[in-house]
Parts: sequence; C-alpha cells; structure tokens
Amino acid sequence: MRLYRSFNEFGSPLALQGAGAAHSVPNPEDIRRVQLPNGIVVLSRANLNSPSISLSGYLQVGGIFDPDEKLGLANFTSAALLRGTRKRDFQGIYDALESAGASLGFDGGTHTMNFGGKALVEDLSLLLDLLVEALRYPTFPAEQVERLRSQLLTGLAIRAQNTGEMAAQTFDQIAYANHPYSRPEDGYPETVQAINRDDLLAFQQKMYGPAGMVIAIVGAAEPDRVLEMVAAAFGDWSNTDQPTPPELPELAVLEELVRRKTTIPGKSQADIVLGAPGPTRLSPDYIAASLGNSVLGQFGMMGRIGETVRERAGLAYYASSSLGGGIGPGPWRVVAGVDPENVERATQLIQQEIARFVSEPVEANELADSQANYIGRLPLSLESNAGVARALLNLERYDLGLDYYVRYPDIIRSVTVEEVLEAAGRYLHPQRLAVGIAGP
Amino acid sequence: MDNTSYLKTQLSNGMLVLLKEINTAPIISHWVWYRVGSRNEIPGITGISHWVEHMQFKGTPRYPASVLDKAISREGGMWNAFTYLDWTTYFETMPAEKIELALQLEADRMVNSLFEAEEVASERTVIISERQGNENEPLFLLGEELQSAAFRVHPYHHEVIGDLSDLLTMQREDLYRHYRSYYAPNNAVLTMAGDFKIDAMLAQIQELYAMIPAVEETKQNIRPEPLQSGERQVTVEGPGETTYIQVAHRTPPAAHPDFFALTVMDSLLSGASNLNMFGGGLSNKTSRLYRALVEGDLAVSVFGGLQATIDPFLHTFTVVVRPDRTPEQVLSRLLEEIQRIQETPPPVDELARAVKQARALFAYGSESITNQAFWMGFSEMFATYDWFSGYLDDLAAVKPEDVQRVAQIYLRRQNRVVGFYLPTGDGEMPGMKVDS
Repeated sequence: MRLYRSFNEFGSPLALQGAGAAHSVPNPEDIRRVQLPNGIVVLSRANLNSPSISLSGYLQVGGIFDPDEKLGLANFTSAALLRGTRKRDFQGIYDALESAGASLGFDGGTHTMNFGGKALVEDLSLLLDLLVEALRYPTFPAEQVERLRSQLLTGLAIRAQNTGEMAAQTFDQIAYANHPYSRPEDGYPETVQAINRDDLLAFQQKMYGPAGMVIAIVGAAEPDRVLEMVAAAFGDWSNTDQPTPPELPELAVLEELVRRKTTIPGKSQADIVLGAPGPTRLSPDYIAASLGNSVLGQFGMMGRIGETVRERAGLAYYASSSLGGGIGPGPWRVVAGVDPENVERATQLIQQEIARFVSEPVEANELADSQANYIGRLPLSLESNAGVARALLNLERYDLGLDYYVRYPDIIRSVTVEEVLEAAGRYLHPQRLAVGIAGP
Repeated sequence: MDNTSYLKTQLSNGMLVLLKEINTAPIISHWVWYRVGSRNEIPGITGISHWVEHMQFKGTPRYPASVLDKAISREGGMWNAFTYLDWTTYFETMPAEKIELALQLEADRMVNSLFEAEEVASERTVIISERQGNENEPLFLLGEELQSAAFRVHPYHHEVIGDLSDLLTMQREDLYRHYRSYYAPNNAVLTMAGDFKIDAMLAQIQELYAMIPAVEETKQNIRPEPLQSGERQVTVEGPGETTYIQVAHRTPPAAHPDFFALTVMDSLLSGASNLNMFGGGLSNKTSRLYRALVEGDLAVSVFGGLQATIDPFLHTFTVVVRPDRTPEQVLSRLLEEIQRIQETPPPVDELARAVKQARALFAYGSESITNQAFWMGFSEMFATYDWFSGYLDDLAAVKPEDVQRVAQIYLRRQNRVVGFYLPTGDGEMPGMKVDS
C-alpha cells in the first residue's frame, strides 16, 4: 500500500470533465428522453466520436406470463421474431443485416423481452426497419419454427450437461419453490415440444405492445433525428389487449438449509450454487447489499470468498458471489467450481464466510475499497455506445432519474458498514441457505 | 473523428513500446506482452507459461499478493491476464489519472515476483481445477484431441492449460526458471492507448524500465511440423446427447500473404470472425455453411475461425449436429461446400459483404480503448502493428480467384484433421477420467 493514493482523495468522474463534454457521465443535459403518446419511452445520447450506433431496449413481456405446460413460450417467441416477417423471409432479413455488418437480437427474460443491436451509423434506419418488422409483423413460418425448435431442444440438451447451469437451476428450485423464479425461462424439453406455431402467433399478438416499451439509441446520431425515426417507426403502434404484468407472489422463506444435487455422470468438475433470494433493485437496501456483495465475493480477486476458497485453500479456479437485483427478488448467491471430492470442504468454507459476513460488520477499509471501485469503474462501463445504452435503460427500468449518474458517487459514498451488515442479515442466513450442486 | 497520435519505439534494453493517444474518454489501457506461450514448452512442462501467468498475481516484495489484488480494483480499474499459444499478456484499464499504479506494478513484476513455495502449491490445485472445468466441456475434450492429432512434433500439439501429468509434477524451480528466462524487457512489448500525452508517458516508461537489463535470449528449439500427407481422424466419446464435429486444416501464419484470402474464405464459409477481444461479433446466417447445414436441417449451428499465430496453426470448422442426423451426413455436406469453393471463384458481392463486415467489426472494436491497446500488442506478437493498420485494405484487395486458390491449397483432404465427439448418453464413460 505504498504507491497508490487512498480512496479519500479519489475524485468523482465528474471532476474529469475538463477534457471535453465526452468525458462527462450521462446527465439531464445530454440525455434526450421523450415518451411517445402510445407509451413508448425513447432515450438517446449522441457520441459523435464513434462511427456506429448501439440500440437496446425492452418490451414488458417475459417468461412470467408462460403457462407451466408451455414454459419457454415467451423465449421461443422472441427467438422466432427474425425467422420471417411480412416483408422479408429469414434469408432476406439476415442478408440485410449481415451485408451491412449490423446485428440485431432478442432475448426473452423473466419480466421483459430485451432487444439489442448495432450498426454503422448509415444503417440506423435499416436496424429500425428490422426492429419494427420483428416486433410488429413477425410471421413465424412453420418450417422455421420447427428448425428453431430443434435448435432450442439441442440447447436444452447441452444445458443439461452444463454443471454450472444445472447447479443454478437446482438452486432456483430450492430458493424459489412455488415462485415463478423457480422456472427456467427456456423451459424444459417437454414444454418446448408442447408449443406450436399458433401459440407463438397468439402470444406475440396479445402480449407485444407499446405500453412499457423502452428504447435507447446511442452513438453517432443526433438525438432529435433519432426521436423522429423512432416515432415514425413505432408511433402508430397500439395494442388494446396488452396485459399488465402479473404481481409476483410472496416468497416462502426457507426454514433450514436445503441441499440438493443433480448428478451428471462423466464430468470432471462439480459446481456449487449457494445462497438465498436477495433484494429487488428498488429495495432501499439494494446499494448496501451490492457493496456488501462486493466485499463478500467480488472485490479484487473475488473478494473474501475468492481469498478463502481459491487463494488460501486452492480449491477452485472460480469462487465468487453475485447479487441479482432486478424487478423482483433476484438471487444473492455464491458460485464455485470444484473437484467433486472437494464439494463438502468448499461448501463449509463458503458457509463460514457467510456466517462471518452476517454477524460482523465488514471492516471500514473493505467497504471503502469497494466504494472506490464502484465510483472509479463508472467511466469504464460507459466507454462504449452499448455501455451507455445499457446505463440509460437502467435509469428507465428502475426510475432512477436522469441525474442518477451525477449523484452516483454520493449515493455510493453514503453507505455505512452498519447498513451493509443490516442488509446482509436481512437476506442471508447461514443455517437457512439453498444449496444446489451439479456434478458427477 | 480520428483525434489520435501514435508512437512506436524501442528502449535501449530492447523493450518495444507502442503508445496511442485517444482523448475521447478519461481512460487509459496499459498492456505488457511477453513473447512466451505454450509454443515455448516441451513435454514435462506443458502448461508452464499459463502457470507462470497465475504466479504473477502472487506478489513481489513491494506488492504482496493480497495488496496486488486490491490495488487495481480500489482505483476502479479492470485487469486481467491471458496466456495463449504464442504469448502471455497482462493488462490494466484504469481511470487516466490512476494509471501510474499499473505502470509501477507491471515494471515491478517483470522481475521481482516471488514464486513462494506455498503459493506454488496452492496454485497447483487451482490450475488443476481450471483444467477440470475445461474438461466438463465436450468441445474442449474434442479440441484437445484434434490439436494433438494435427501437430505431432510442433509444440502447438498441446493445450495452453497443459497436460494433467505435468500440472501434477512441475516444481517451483521449473516455474521460476521459465519466468526468469522469458520475462525481460527484450522479450516484452508495452502498449498503451488512451488519455495521456505521448512524450510525458514515454519519459515515465523509460524511467521505470531503464534499470531492468536485457537477458540473454533463451535458445529455442521449436520443431517445425512436417507436411501432412493424409487425412487424420480422431474420436472422443463422452457424456451428453449432442454430437459435435470439428474439421481442421493447417493454415499459414498470420504474417503470410495468404492469411487475408483465408480470412475472406472463412467469412464466406462460416461467417465473419470477430478478432476483437472485447465486444460481440456478428451472426453468420447468410454464410454458405449455415445455409447448407443449418437451413438444410443437418446441424443446429456451425461456426469457423482462423487464429493469428507465429507458426502455421489451424483453421477449424465446428458443427453441432442435429440429433436426428448422423455425423457422416453432416460431414459429407460440409465437404461438398469446400469442394464448391475450390471449384468456383465466389461472386464479387459475397466478397464485398465480407469486407463490409470486417469494417463494421473494426468500427465497433475501436469504441473500446482497451481493445485498441490490445490490438497494438497482439499484432506485434505475430507480425507488426502495420499488419493491423493495413488489415482492412489487405482484405479489400482479395480477389475471387485468391479465395479459390487458398481453398484449393489449404482445404485439401491431405491437410485435414476430422474430429468427432460422440455422446454416450448419461452413462459414465470408462477411460474419460484420468486418475490422479
């Protein structure tokens, strides 16, 4: 600790503005936010240093709407959007995209259907055209639907062999019993088999619509021009049937530590996923929990968990923790990949770290380190157009306010060790954890 | 748009330095590259370069391990290291005014790492765990066999992570010797991109590295791989339900003039490869093999790629086979597409698409300062930075006949290794696990 300055001298990113406007974080002066009459929120910020643009956004539709027997429907629908539209067939769509060196993709989440794309700036209108066609006029050609089904089923077969994914799924089934979060968004082989083309069509027609849609466009385009283009593309979209997202049920609290293993024969390594449901992104203690999580299993070489499981015990190549956040109570969990013979030892070490984490406040310098890291890394996360677009969506999704990144250093610095301890104790209980294991 | 300036110079101790000023964000990315990787390893010490890379995070007298880990993170930096066939590299991307820490740290660990015995011992099990994680992946198991079948004598024979037997037996002395032999200014390239002034930065670098002497170059005995004179096949059986095929052909090094025509060929057959280390790529649904295999209901997906290396390495196609098809059906269709490109020069518009895709990927990659500094060093490992600067023009100069010619030369049967991963369902496979 000889050469670097302590965090107290660390200036906020805004102090770096001297070199020009491009150095500032997104703020109310340079973010353009407009809500179209049909509800769509458009966010835009110019970056004229870049020859490209990045587009991302979401619709208020996700796996949460899926019936149990057709689990994976929302995901299947989003994956099929670019398989054919009223204007173009599959090859026509990808010929347009790939000839321009552009990309566009859809990803079905639990609460929202997320989309993202990028293009050289001269191809922004192409990207928007394809987005309109995909969201509003998909045709789900039968042959393409069957091909896609085969791909999805193979994806599930590969998933079934992935120790990390299966440990996470096992964990979800314990931590979120009788809750939508126990269900994988991509479904199971039998539920994906049960979905037919009419289901996709009906799902898209009923569930897709402008209410709650958000789109962010960042890059070498003037925000005024971007707004005009989005309004022209989506301004006349309406769907009176569009449902409001269902309420999440109450979570059943675990009364004891529950441990379950999914056996996958022939594998060399086992994965452990251990933890409990955490705060939502909107919980008042989310930031405290997030900073605590950094101390627990992120900071430096994977925080305290990395120090104990990897550095001291040499048990794992990766051992870290994460906090889901999100619209609902996403998981707060530790993951580690270990020799199957070391599952017990690693689990015990992780439990000990959690026990310490919830019973003693983190040290002041540990919290200070993580606070400095959060503040200091902000400019890195905003380096690319895609990074800024993600940041803008975050503002909207959680109603953080356009000045959030300006206030961010103060928000981070205001968290105390007591608040971290309180948040830790609220969600993590060493004797009431869900433990999912997958391996040989 | 291009508000940058650039300098390439060599210090008196032989260290190459490339600096690029980019003032669009208050960030600097700093990389130190060493010309050492699995290519410099012999049986008995396979995986040693990667293990040395791990030990570089275990501390020096000035920066003990626990301090080192936290120092960069505390400043909001992102850092990591990679070991590859030909090189090992370390990078830090940090808020511009904090970069001195990265400069100090890399100069220090070029020569002062401790390699303490107990740290070596605990890292041994960490690396074995890393290997076990890799072994969980069918494509790692297949790729490892494919590579060893493709290279009988050249050190590209083994995976960067190394063979388990060597990971169990290598000692601290082996690791330290490897470190002292290759970690020296005359075997290193320092690259930086970002928000700094070139003159001032160069002065700072000179001051830090001036005291580190050059070492005598380690005598290399990298045996060239003899010409392959017949198709080779490998089969791996393992858990799961999914069949994978890899088809590899030995291809020339990145500095060879045919590399660009091969890049275009790869793009036509299996889609544009993204050479950027940071940032996503493009879809490949208009590529010839996607149309033939996936749209032809034979495969679930197909991708391909060419590696930029010092010595001849491999171009590889990878196919995930549909469960209702046999690997032979898929392979035969794939070979038909190879034959087609060997027999007929591709249309000009197909080439134009490949060039536009490469141009777009370059534009996306240039958004990231980390990626810019990466490219300066990466290109110096197998060619020079001019290779990178001229890349788009060299691709644009490729003619349909060039693509046909390189397909005829390099995709010929005698130059091919075919690998199959055959799933055995959920049953345990005898012989899959190595007892340790």
